[in-house]
Amino acid sequence: MNMKMTNCFLMAASLVAATQITTAADVTGKITLKGTPPEEKVLPIDPLCGKLHTSSLKTRFYVTDGKGGLGDVFIHIKSGLAGAAPAPSATPAVLDQVGCEYTPYILGVQVNQKMKVLNSDPLLHNVHPTPTAEGNKEFNKAQLPKGPPIEAVWSQAEILLRFKCDVHPWMFAYVGVVEHPYFAVSSKDGSFAIKNVPAGMYVIEALHRKTGKPVTKEVTVGANGAVADFTIELQ
Amino acid sequence: MKRPQHSPWLYRFAIATALTTLVLLGIGGLVTSKGAGMAVPDWPTSYGYNMFWLPFSWWKGGIFYEHSHRLIAAFVGLLTSILAAWIWGRETTGRVRWVGWATILILVMMLGHRGSGNASGVGVDVPFHFKLLAGLMPILLIFSVVQCIRTRGALRWLAMAAVFAVIFQGILGGFRVALYKDQIGIAHAALAQLFFTLICSIVLLVGRWWNEANAEPLAKEPCLRHWFLAATVLIFAQLALGAAMRHQHAGLAIWDFPLAHGQLWPDTSPDAVLRYNQQREELVALNQITAGQVRLQMLHRIGALLVTIAVTVSAWLTLKRVGQGNPLRKTALAWLALIGIQVALGVSTVLMNKPADIATAHVVFGAFSLATGVALVLMTWRSEILSFTPDGSVLPSSDIAVAN
Repeated sequence: MNMKMTNCFLMAASLVAATQITTAADVTGKITLKGTPPEEKVLPIDPLCGKLHTSSLKTRFYVTDGKGGLGDVFIHIKSGLAGAAPAPSATPAVLDQVGCEYTPYILGVQVNQKMKVLNSDPLLHNVHPTPTAEGNKEFNKAQLPKGPPIEAVWSQAEILLRFKCDVHPWMFAYVGVVEHPYFAVSSKDGSFAIKNVPAGMYVIEALHRKTGKPVTKEVTVGANGAVADFTIELQ
Repeated sequence: MKRPQHSPWLYRFAIATALTTLVLLGIGGLVTSKGAGMAVPDWPTSYGYNMFWLPFSWWKGGIFYEHSHRLIAAFVGLLTSILAAWIWGRETTGRVRWVGWATILILVMMLGHRGSGNASGVGVDVPFHFKLLAGLMPILLIFSVVQCIRTRGALRWLAMAAVFAVIFQGILGGFRVALYKDQIGIAHAALAQLFFTLICSIVLLVGRWWNEANAEPLAKEPCLRHWFLAATVLIFAQLALGAAMRHQHAGLAIWDFPLAHGQLWPDTSPDAVLRYNQQREELVALNQITAGQVRLQMLHRIGALLVTIAVTVSAWLTLKRVGQGNPLRKTALAWLALIGIQVALGVSTVLMNKPADIATAHVVFGAFSLATGVALVLMTWRSEILSFTPDGSVLPSSDIAVAN
């Protein structure tokens, strides 16, 4: 009897899940920057890192397309998701160190999703994430030139978690860690797409690291997905 | 046992130790200013190597500053140990002498012993003997200072206090790396200033002037003494505030002067702090500015004003009440000049967006200012320090040594 009930429950759950998958769609949109960002500053890199570049390295505070689009904004579903979050992707998120810069500058991962930090440079770096959420463990590991990847997993949501390199103090990047896979980082023209969002009503949040103030929007995701455009203002 | 005579070589050695400590302070300041404190992620090893054998090819970027800091710190530890053993040997005989030397030797050997592993990570594998030393050193340091006071400035206890302080300082530095704690960094920076002052005090106390029986009597006016003492305590509080600011690793929380974010007292509301973070141009990995950091920097500015007033009044009183040719006059004027330089460096640090060299010079001149203040306090209390009698008369030096 119990076995039969369990099977029925599992079937019903699978049906619900299947329905959700069939109705899942993308949330797309564009981030627009209102205001003129200040000029990017030249980074104080050392001669060894300088040899890896033909021109000077600059800050990446405001990545824009010059037409109002704003890149490197972390967008995620803030609330509205029901039930347990899907298991994290088996594909690790990759943060690389190229030319004495972390690439990408802004990255998203799911809680408990594996992260791989690579060193593609012919130089030693140290990988030093500085989490602030309790449960996310700080570490500081050396990584030899083109050495094996360093793996990291975050058990708590944290927006944004900073990675830095103490050998080259101008190197830093930020990772948005959220409990579900529904997040995106805007590209240079400001466009983004959060993939396979189940149908429902959600609050979506967009956060630009430098402007600091998150903006939110309510969206209803149907069979055709939803559009959520954001405007971020410079103060 | 007689009180030892002035030794020119001991004096020179003490000066060399003080100068090396100054270099250490400078490079320590650079480590923080450059954000390189964690560039060598393990301790007591360096990238798994014995600290003294890290290949030179690794000394790049932040590693250069952090590793140089460790090596110079080890050298200062060695110099301090030799200085203490030298002074202890001059002031003691027989079994007491050997016990003191053995203590120093054992401590140096314990520090040199790497233990079962290297530590990198919260609570990870810090060798037990370092934990033991971390607990023991503050106790021994307090014991030495008490002994020093009890015996009216017996130099050997001051020298022994320096050994315990330098060991504790080294371990604090190591724990800062191993445990990722900024708070330990603040204690490390504050103790660095005190240690430099301690070594400078030893330089003064082994100098010819201090030990000459007929040295010119200095002013004993309570008013002057109290101003020196109050200004020195203010300077130390100011240095501790500065250390707390630097070790937040948030850069400048206010970048204009004499106003602060355009106001006499800056807005610290959440919206204002958000705006400060948005507006600042951080070129290295810095923590976010918080309202607390803005207030801390304002306190530092108020502290600078109070120190300037206290040192100016002290110098003015000295010129007014102390006779021509008295060394107090020159020292007090030098103190005032140091504070002037220090204020200029502080303002430059703010207006030039905290360049590493200027910010480090600000730390070094802060240490000089504190050491000069302590020297002035000691100079005005010289006769009491050398005396056992309540009326302040100087006893024969041989009596002082025997009573110890």
